[in-house]
Amino acid sequence: MLNILLAVIRRDLLLAWRRRTDVFTTLVFFVIVASLFPLGVGPEANLLRTMAPGVLWVSALLATLLSVTRLFAADYADGTLEQMLLSTEPLPLIVLGKVSAYWLVTGLPLVLLAPLLGVQFDLPQGAIGVLSLSLALGTPALSLLGGIGAALTLGLRGGGVLLALLILPLYVPILIFGAGAVGADAAGLGAGAHLLLLGASFLSALAISPWATAAALRIAME
Amino acid sequence: MNSSVKAVSDKLSAAPGGINWFKYASPQTFYPLAGRLIPLFAWPALLLFAVGLYVSFFVAPTDATQGDSYRIIFIHVPAAWMSMIIYLAMAFWCALGMIFNTRLSFMMSQALAPTGAIWTFLALWTGALWGKPTWGAWWVWDARLTSELILLFLYLGYMALVAAMDDPRRADRAGAVVAIVGAINVPIIYFSVKWWNTLHQGASVSMTSAPKMASIMLMGMLIMALAAWAYSIAVVLVRVRAIMLERERNTDWVAQMLENRP
Repeated sequence: MLNILLAVIRRDLLLAWRRRTDVFTTLVFFVIVASLFPLGVGPEANLLRTMAPGVLWVSALLATLLSVTRLFAADYADGTLEQMLLSTEPLPLIVLGKVSAYWLVTGLPLVLLAPLLGVQFDLPQGAIGVLSLSLALGTPALSLLGGIGAALTLGLRGGGVLLALLILPLYVPILIFGAGAVGADAAGLGAGAHLLLLGASFLSALAISPWATAAALRIAME
Repeated sequence: MNSSVKAVSDKLSAAPGGINWFKYASPQTFYPLAGRLIPLFAWPALLLFAVGLYVSFFVAPTDATQGDSYRIIFIHVPAAWMSMIIYLAMAFWCALGMIFNTRLSFMMSQALAPTGAIWTFLALWTGALWGKPTWGAWWVWDARLTSELILLFLYLGYMALVAAMDDPRRADRAGAVVAIVGAINVPIIYFSVKWWNTLHQGASVSMTSAPKMASIMLMGMLIMALAAWAYSIAVVLVRVRAIMLERERNTDWVAQMLENRP
């Protein structure tokens, strides 16, 4: 059971390593979007500080949305996905492996890069720590839910826009808890409640979405 | 898993002397039944709307604090109720379709979606019309408003996904996954938005603080709600009939029905 999970993760990480630019484009997109906001609203430090959690979270969300279409696309194109569906190993486990690798490649760099952007937005030190923690808990949930959307829109025309329409409403709770954690910490309320809820969202996404994604993949490949 | 479901459904349909639960699960038998049911809901809907509108405009008194602007609740509240109930009904039919593999369930769900979306839009629109004179703003980031808006997005996502797929079987099942995942998420979204609002700024406006309603107002609202139910059922049945004909246009029963038509 664990072997197949690790095998899928290793394979996907290897594939990502061979195509390093794909990883960087997502990361650069995240940085650019976050940097556009100060240009749009003005360089006032107070305003930027209040906006920072929301801006960084929305940027992370959009970066996930942009890259998650690639989660199954390559395997779908070269027929690997069909073999995965035919495999005797449980499909939700394979899906979980793919999503984990995807998060390691796109989510984790976002988490590591976020403190730097937090400094750009003049966030206080404590809030930066909470921001990283909230992203570390929230981005896996984004990846898991994104997987459902990616599987549903596999091979459709206009898949990207459709994916946004399907998945963004489902991202609302994660955005609220994630950005709320940083906001609450900055307001001196303590981020505990938000982080616990964020963790709960992650765990329920972990419990549900591999199965939903597997079902969606079977539908797409019928 | 599928075989056990099949066994259950065989048992249900073969129960001696029992009701055949699956008789109307086929478009062929449901089509005429829906045709007979439509007037049973359409005429009451018309009547109830007429009575409800009369009560709400001429019988119900002017509100002491809100003036006449409160009268929007006679359409706003039923619309908001219907928007939520129809989403649940949609998810219910989708789940049924996934379990029993019945085509009609998915058709029902697709027939429900546009009606649900219209009610959601109407609830938002009338809410804005009511909010301007009462709260002084067309839009407030109140928990209910925001979750209603997200509900509208869920409806639009479902309809867009179903429309994007040319193969109806795939569209049915993919749409079902979205509807069911969305239904699980609706309470989470609602509470997250609620907490977001209260934790951030405290509820600046609340509908629960309104004075208790006079019974005649409540009566008007309930009549309108019943009218909304009857209207929705009638319209969904009309739409599901159209979907059935479109999907089953190459089958014998449609050909026969067209032949027998005078």
